[in-house]
Amino acid sequence: MALDPKTQAALALHRFGLGPRPGSIASLASDPRGALLAELDRAGAGRINNAELLTSGEAARAAFAYQQAQRAARQAERAAQQASSGTAEMKDRSAEPAPPAARPNPGPGVPQQIYLAEAKVRIDAALGAEIGFVERLVWFWSNHFCVSADKGNVRQICGAYEREVIRANVLGRFGDMLLAVEAHPAMLFYLDNARSIGPASMAGLRQKRGLNENLAREILELHTLGVRTVYTQDDVTSFANVITGWTIVPFRQDAVRGGEFIFNPRMHQPGPQTVIGTSYSEGGVEQGRAVLAALARHPATAKHVAGKLARHFVADEPPPALVERLAKRFLATQGDLKEMAKALVAAPEAWEAPRAKLKRPGEWVIAALRAVGAAPLEIGPVMQAHNLLGEPLWRPSAPKGFADESAPWLDGLAQRLDIANQFARRFGAEVDPRDALEETVAPLASTDTRDAITRAESRPQALALLFMAPEFQRR
Amino acid sequence: MKKLHAATRRELLIGSGTLFAWAYLPKLARAEGRDPRLLVIVLRGALDGLAAVAPTGDPDWVALRGNNALTLDGKPAALPLDAFFALNPAMPNLHRLYTSGAAAIVHAAATPYRERSHFDGQDVLESGLPKPGAADSGWLNRALASLQPAGRADGSRDAFAIGPIAPLVVRGPAPVLSWTPRQLPPASSDTVLRLIELYRHTDPVLARVLEERMGLATIARAGGMDGEQPRPPAAGQVRAYFAESAGTAAKFLARPDGPRIGALAFDGWDTHAAEGAMNGRLATLLGALDGAIAAIETEMKEAWRETVVAVITEFGRTARINGTDGTDHGTATVALLAGGALKGGRVIADWPGLKSAKLHEGRDLKPTTDLRAVLKGLLKDHLRVEPALLATNVFPDSAAVKPMPGLLQLARATSRSRRALPPLRGRASAPALSSLLYPGPAVRKAFAKVLRSAAARSETAQ
Repeated sequence: MALDPKTQAALALHRFGLGPRPGSIASLASDPRGALLAELDRAGAGRINNAELLTSGEAARAAFAYQQAQRAARQAERAAQQASSGTAEMKDRSAEPAPPAARPNPGPGVPQQIYLAEAKVRIDAALGAEIGFVERLVWFWSNHFCVSADKGNVRQICGAYEREVIRANVLGRFGDMLLAVEAHPAMLFYLDNARSIGPASMAGLRQKRGLNENLAREILELHTLGVRTVYTQDDVTSFANVITGWTIVPFRQDAVRGGEFIFNPRMHQPGPQTVIGTSYSEGGVEQGRAVLAALARHPATAKHVAGKLARHFVADEPPPALVERLAKRFLATQGDLKEMAKALVAAPEAWEAPRAKLKRPGEWVIAALRAVGAAPLEIGPVMQAHNLLGEPLWRPSAPKGFADESAPWLDGLAQRLDIANQFARRFGAEVDPRDALEETVAPLASTDTRDAITRAESRPQALALLFMAPEFQRR
Repeated sequence: MKKLHAATRRELLIGSGTLFAWAYLPKLARAEGRDPRLLVIVLRGALDGLAAVAPTGDPDWVALRGNNALTLDGKPAALPLDAFFALNPAMPNLHRLYTSGAAAIVHAAATPYRERSHFDGQDVLESGLPKPGAADSGWLNRALASLQPAGRADGSRDAFAIGPIAPLVVRGPAPVLSWTPRQLPPASSDTVLRLIELYRHTDPVLARVLEERMGLATIARAGGMDGEQPRPPAAGQVRAYFAESAGTAAKFLARPDGPRIGALAFDGWDTHAAEGAMNGRLATLLGALDGAIAAIETEMKEAWRETVVAVITEFGRTARINGTDGTDHGTATVALLAGGALKGGRVIADWPGLKSAKLHEGRDLKPTTDLRAVLKGLLKDHLRVEPALLATNVFPDSAAVKPMPGLLQLARATSRSRRALPPLRGRASAPALSSLLYPGPAVRKAFAKVLRSAAARSETAQ
């Protein structure tokens, strides 16, 4: 199917990117595929350089110090209350108890402050990206290897996690990303490996606590091979043993490195382990690294990753030939993620598939803001929109991450209309919806959509209809 | 999770019905011992002026609108304003105010905009510029900026916030506060209906989902045809929303230390299909607007004497009914004025007539009064905005459009009692030529006809 250049540019922006900004369809029209590839080749693509952001270690320690101070303050208050209630008993008992002294709202605590600062940087990166293809890849891998800010200790480091392990490897090798992910404190906290103890380790022999299989299982099921593939429960247990000792430096023990990754041999299950038919001799942290490296090369992993990428970018039911090709490319390039991205752009299927996939809430919210050329802004309403639409940032309800198929997101259509109205009222005053139509979906738009927008009762209504138009919601 | 939704949904839907008010009190008018209030209500979507205030005395009226024409003997019967015009029966409060001299209607009025785009039309209406274009401030705000403040309006702490999404008419250099009603505007139902219509033609899956979510799955599909008519929004909800917005706005404006000048906007007037001027959608909206005006009168209390409410819209609608029992974008329409400070009881119009040849481009009511003249008259006489500024800064390039004189009681003599105003009502009374400010040849001719037909009628009756 030969598409005219503008249609192809619009398709590239919606399907591979984060939606057009004013002017972007025109600037891509000469060579949409080339523009996508050029974004992959940009120096530092995917990275965020912001000296004000904390590393995950710094963030973890700042949050710990804050929590300590909070605890101390609460204890002091309790002590003071006990002291004053003792004296009150001596006085008039009929007197009303004094209301607690009015305190100024302390605002969000340190973990939430860090979370919001990271969120703002991420949203700004999405709004500022020329096309947003690399950002989309970051979002994809971040969701593939998701952690949740709702789990204790993760909120303050989930943003740093994405920068340190996802962004740093988004155009690198899958194996490197995998290794960085599974050794990151955010993942070790999130999937409980930080406290998993080998039963026969020094710590295991002394304590009652023992093995936690959570991370090992999810690595096999979600991060690499895929569910119901080549592994068994024995593999899960063995692998869990392998990665015992992958933990975090205790905050109290080490004020400088507290909260960072450490391999603790005292927690590590000693001895060789067999995982999916291969025996791994005892080697401390290297034993786990060896298993992860093997998993990253496994054909089942290639197939799993290829299927997910194709499902995300092309169709809920991706063409098997495309998945096959991507899986082969994965194996042939030792999991080179940049090569995978290039293969997607080169695939005819990726340009021919009908635009049936509903944009995920985050994509859609950002696309709406990009459509009106919104500059980096207060993130409150943007975060609220994510929450309302069921895709709260870095807060999936399960390790599987947010769903990638369209069906689960259809339910939020009415909420999308609420958000569309809100954004339209906020921006409708300054934006001519006819321009916005031209700059975002015009090459793809049906006559019905054009008419609905140009005949709307007011600018805000027209803009809301644009955001809600099938051509804007589907990609 | 539930709680989060409940808390944020309101914030998501604010916009229409929000009061935006100037943060100060006007100094000059106060120096005269007056304390004037001005509330501008913008109706977005283009009000059908002929369905709101019908020229029942025009011999071509019924032929033009057929069954949709309001008439004095219709069901429900239009409320007579003078021998020529009658008010939509959904507006008994406005009628009562009119007969007591506290409301006036300007008919066949329009902004200088002559195209038919809502977006551009609203730009011109709100910016005060002669043409659509890059406007970043509104005429009301620029008028305020020219007024000397005499102290800051209080109440900002508890009730007002700085509005994030002020409509164009109040945007500009003068500081503006905003207050948002507690209720949700039902007007967005119009957007839902448009969206469902779009989805039905383009994306059946989205159509089904949205219909289900909005509880609209049962919208009559019995006809099995496209172009099903949108249902009128729930009348009670619309009424309550308009009344709360307008009534609360009035409460603020009535306070001794409150703001004096504010603006509201109500959406939903774009009645392309199943307009329902007598008992459908438009009747619901007009009834809600009527309730809003009544709420303003009630809440203004003593301050009603010094109040002017100006209801304006971007343009009118086609003179004829279209193929779907609605009206399309037109040109001239009405401006409704209410308030105790008005010299009311009059329909102000240089009636252009409704014969095909008299219609603008053969389809719309021809504009014979520049809406800017009305607004300038109000700003000049009510708020004491400098006429020179009105012609340049507030309504740029409008020197040729003179402020309409005599809209307010004080303009002639502040001591004149309201009873001295001619009560103009009843079809038996002589045509209210005296009530027409600019009786041009067209109107004189029309009225001569009315006189003849009225005489003929009374003869038959005897």
